[in-house]
Amino acid sequence: MEKVSGAEAVVLSLIEEGQDTIFGYPGGAVIPIYDRLYFHTNEIHHVLARHEQGAVHEAQAYAQITGKPGVCIVTSGPGATNAITGVANANMDSVPLVVISGQVIEGFLGSDAFQETDVFGLSMPIAKWSIQVTRAEDIAEAMAKAFYVAVTGRPGVVMVDITKNALTSKTEFKYHKSPTLRSYAPYPDIDAEVIARAAATINSAKKPIILLGHGVLIANAQRQVKEFVEKTGIPFGMTLMGLTSLPSSHPLCVGMLGMHGSYAVNILTNQADLIIAIGMRFSDRVTGRLQGYAPRAKVIHIEIDKSEIDKNVETDIAIHADLKTAITRMLPLLHSNDYSDWREEFYKLYDKEYAEVIKKDLYSNLPVIQPGEPVAMVSKKTNGDAVVVTDVGQNQMVAARYYDFKYPNTFLTSGGLGTMGFGLPAAVGAAVAQNSRPVVLFTGDGGFQMNEQELGTIVQEKLPVKIVILNNSVLGMVRQWQNMFQEKRYSQTDLVNPDFVALAKAYNIPGQRVERRQDLEQAIDKMLEAKTAYLLEVVVDKDMKVFPFIAPGSSVDEMKLNED
Amino acid sequence: MLMIHQTEETPEQFTVTVFTEDKVGLLNRITIVFTRRHLNIDSLTTSESEVPGIFRYTIVTHCTESLIKKVTTQIEKLTEVLRAFYFHEEDVIYQEIALYKVSTSNIVNGHIIEKIVRQSNARVLDIEEGFIVIEKTGYKDETQQLFNQLEPYGILQFARSGRVAVTRPKKELSNYLRDLVKAAEISNTIRDWKLKN
Repeated sequence: MEKVSGAEAVVLSLIEEGQDTIFGYPGGAVIPIYDRLYFHTNEIHHVLARHEQGAVHEAQAYAQITGKPGVCIVTSGPGATNAITGVANANMDSVPLVVISGQVIEGFLGSDAFQETDVFGLSMPIAKWSIQVTRAEDIAEAMAKAFYVAVTGRPGVVMVDITKNALTSKTEFKYHKSPTLRSYAPYPDIDAEVIARAAATINSAKKPIILLGHGVLIANAQRQVKEFVEKTGIPFGMTLMGLTSLPSSHPLCVGMLGMHGSYAVNILTNQADLIIAIGMRFSDRVTGRLQGYAPRAKVIHIEIDKSEIDKNVETDIAIHADLKTAITRMLPLLHSNDYSDWREEFYKLYDKEYAEVIKKDLYSNLPVIQPGEPVAMVSKKTNGDAVVVTDVGQNQMVAARYYDFKYPNTFLTSGGLGTMGFGLPAAVGAAVAQNSRPVVLFTGDGGFQMNEQELGTIVQEKLPVKIVILNNSVLGMVRQWQNMFQEKRYSQTDLVNPDFVALAKAYNIPGQRVERRQDLEQAIDKMLEAKTAYLLEVVVDKDMKVFPFIAPGSSVDEMKLNED
Repeated sequence: MLMIHQTEETPEQFTVTVFTEDKVGLLNRITIVFTRRHLNIDSLTTSESEVPGIFRYTIVTHCTESLIKKVTTQIEKLTEVLRAFYFHEEDVIYQEIALYKVSTSNIVNGHIIEKIVRQSNARVLDIEEGFIVIEKTGYKDETQQLFNQLEPYGILQFARSGRVAVTRPKKELSNYLRDLVKAAEISNTIRDWKLKN
């Protein structure tokens, strides 16, 4: 068998895994890999980011849209440390990535060599798995295991740290996909008795709620979940990461869970007699104060990650399983009930939320544009067809609340880690992944500036990303908390901003700034009609506060509609 | 629904047993799970188990049962960990070994040391000019008691190991391994079904 370099083995492994698009940034330790990529440009398109954090967020968005694991290549030392935020972000939100980092030659390990960082050690608490490879002949096996571990079970990030000597020395290349590992069985067996018990509990519930999490999308179980809710007639809510599991306008949808979610589903969680949690992890942003969460309810938890079961909320019936499999088995045992009175309670509370929050957010009497307005208008103009990407903070909450999602995996956001700066690179990744839907980013002036260098990637890749900066010249969400809990001491939340339109222009990206409500619609039309990337800066109200709001330390049923 | 964080729950001593593959970095990965929870490890020992290539970690810690349960599940979730269990004090049979290097210069009557060694079921490992080395195996309070007895004579060095433990519950590692291989097969079957549906 002909021998190849370790670097070539890395590239051949990517081809074996069907990876035709990857992200990254070259540097000393990975020059051998980039040299081999030079010979494989027909098979692998490499997207050159402007910063490794951007590259990892881009790979994450690419993975969420395509359903394939994202791949990212970074160099040793600062390349790897820059990637760390992206790794933590993707892993927290269960997105499969394989991040390949270069490393100093084996003989230099531990000696504080130039551009040496212990990325193997650094990644341990924040990645699903990591491995350091020091010999060319171990690369294929490490890569096959990396892809298998990244995509199976609860997906996550795998870091493969490869020393430079392993990349430059020669090896035979044999690749065996999806190795069986006795220490890792990602899809557990399902106990028929537990399924039957869960079904019986569901059938006899009077006030049940279904909670859909990101797991529904990960398991690609939208069809089964739709059948589940429609067959039973049980109202469902979605977590932030679970949005797009089913259309937001589904008649049984009662909104988003959590801190800034829908009023009805949060309040009524504490009236429910049964919580059916599907592929979600009862994050503190969903549960509010744990001691006051769902006191009347039994809890059925369908979850593939065993360590999430009983972690925050104790379950009555735990179904440790792939949810597509579990729901498929449960479906024949379920029957429909009349929940019309129960659903009526949600509608009543929705009307209250509409009057006190939604109306003010979308049809404001104030002269200054409210951040929800451009979101609702883009939603209407795109007919729910866009891939919506957000940054973190107020922009994220209004986008989640006021875009009418219709299709799975059309909402990309940083849920668990809450990474400001996620938005722009994620929008890049979404535009690389597909071109059938427009990609619209809603970001803030703060978060945009955390990774604005990725405008360069947009230009280099000719991506038609639509950037909407909701510019309030402050760090809006922190300011909201300062306003409400720190007696309006606005410590370090005012930003002196650049001319964003001029900044875009420097990258040859057209743009426009809108300050008046009457100019908004035309500006959005212009943005959506543009064939290229476009930056729309909308000057919005800095005093707007996101409501409803479960204040930190409060129970879900203490959710507030306003400050009174 | 019951709440997990029950304030009335009292901390107790637990022994965690972890079986792993033989891979670089596993000790680090396992201790990170404790560190993340701000949990101190009282003692830790590791060695190859009765099955070649499988390592056994014995970790002693002090916390509530609900917490150790979560920690153990999070350890078991690690890709190269085969199984992890926690045990109450009454479910483990364990020993610790202690070595005492004692100065002989203060000993007027050599019989005293001999008597202490004999009475405490310890043994002398080495006698050299100026010091002797004594070994004692037992529970911590037993090795501590010997320490107290020897202290007046001048303890030059003292070392005590972590806990070496086996557990009372019947099922043994070889059975778990068979279950794991079966679980991996089932997992593959489910994955194949998923990819088709």
